[in-house]
Amino acid sequence: MLEQFTFVGFLLVVALFLGIFLISLSWLLRPKRPSPRKSEIYECGLRPHGEPWVRFKAQYYIFALVFLIFDVEAVFLFPWALAYNWLPFYAVLEGVIFILLLGAALVYVWRKGALEWM
Amino acid sequence: MEFLSNLIVNIGVWIKGLLVGGGVAEHGAALVVKAIGAVVVGFFPLMVVVFLIWAYRKIAARMQGRLGPNSSGTWAGPYGILQTFADAIKMLTKEDIRPQGVDLIPYNLAPILVVFASVMVWAVIPFGPGRGLIGADLSIGIFYILAFSSAALIVFLMAGWSSNNKYATVGAFRAVAQLIGYEIPQLLAVLAVVMVTGSLSTQDIVGSQDVIFLVTLPVSAIIFFLASMAEINARPFELLEAESELVCGYFVEYSGMKFGMFYLAEFMNSVAVAAIFTTLFLGGWRGPWVDQAPILGTVWFLVKMGAVIFLWMLIQITLPRLRIDQMLAFNWKFLVPLALVNLCVVGLVNKGTTEGFPGGASAWTRGSILLGANLAMILATWGMLAVGERQARRRREAWQAAQAGELEVVV
Repeated sequence: MLEQFTFVGFLLVVALFLGIFLISLSWLLRPKRPSPRKSEIYECGLRPHGEPWVRFKAQYYIFALVFLIFDVEAVFLFPWALAYNWLPFYAVLEGVIFILLLGAALVYVWRKGALEWM
Repeated sequence: MEFLSNLIVNIGVWIKGLLVGGGVAEHGAALVVKAIGAVVVGFFPLMVVVFLIWAYRKIAARMQGRLGPNSSGTWAGPYGILQTFADAIKMLTKEDIRPQGVDLIPYNLAPILVVFASVMVWAVIPFGPGRGLIGADLSIGIFYILAFSSAALIVFLMAGWSSNNKYATVGAFRAVAQLIGYEIPQLLAVLAVVMVTGSLSTQDIVGSQDVIFLVTLPVSAIIFFLASMAEINARPFELLEAESELVCGYFVEYSGMKFGMFYLAEFMNSVAVAAIFTTLFLGGWRGPWVDQAPILGTVWFLVKMGAVIFLWMLIQITLPRLRIDQMLAFNWKFLVPLALVNLCVVGLVNKGTTEGFPGGASAWTRGSILLGANLAMILATWGMLAVGERQARRRREAWQAAQAGELEVVV
């Protein structure tokens, strides 16, 4: 097992190197002539109006909460799916009931109108 | 012939033999071979992408009645095949404009990490049979892939938020909404495959596909394909970039090679998704004559991957963009419920087949029963969609009729 993870370690180094290599190569080759006009923030050719880091209405925060439920559910379901071949029928049925409960949660959220883009 | 039939593994054995002959310890030589393997696997997507960008531009141009990259202006190789290299050199030599007020650390880290995440996925993709043609046959293979493919989301958020630009911020916010949503159907589709296989290792998943999962689990395959299209933001789901409304989305403020790296990572992700789809649903390296010549397994793998990439291109070039609320509705109101139902049906039917055939069902029997259940599911979904469509049309017509009546009264 550890032998397998050495490869992942090597690839980790290669993958980081690839990005750093490309950036440093362009750092060596590119011209460097900064000017204030050039480094202005892009906003359709106009002077930027105000701060971009304003209080932004995140229309989907309920989506994010629903996502959290389902992501945690997946964590529970992976061991169940992995042990599936050894499980007796009633254990599979229990898993299915668990999924149906989550389906009921989805229906509830839907009926409450949380899945609309506000 | 012997050497050629298992070329890649034999090259590894040969290098190891050379090192051991040169006085390197056995263990050290194995490590060096592994490191070389990591470099090959790490640069493989880059090589594919260089060709893929050219192929994409050429195919897109042909489908839109243009010529695409060619040699009519300046010479760019036969059929313009060197165009990508010219673009790469251009990007490398462009000035890197650093906009005012960016948050420097995340701003500079994002392009490195986006390439990093899309390269790391390749560690567990099986290119051929056995232990020699896969980077690392991890026992948690598919979980590892899901983990790294969702890491891209953090990078998009980093890039968008640190750029000090409103378009980038909106793009990053959309990225969160889109990518977290589509992760769930993707996960649930993979779960069905894991259930039938009984293992998370990618090599085991390929090994258990006596009948490919595209045939036995078509609903999972369709869900996975659609969700992956959204994860790599291909055209119908391309809300993060949306040139016409957000200019470029989360990477507006990047220029030069940093921009190039986002572009590169986008293509690398799509190649990776094609490879994952091939592994999960198309039987990976399996095909005729692989047991005689393992190198053929790699060829089959690349052919299947190419077919998936071509399908991705066709969809990407043909379809227009959706609206963001339509896209989220498609995910939460269609894909997620369908994936949940799919998981229940596959679980019950597959277990029922095992219990129903005490002697053990053959792969073909099991496959045809699963296929039947899947077809029933597709028909039921189709019927429900048709009913919904009819109701919506009736409501619209009634509304239009009411509108027309009102207008007449006003006139």
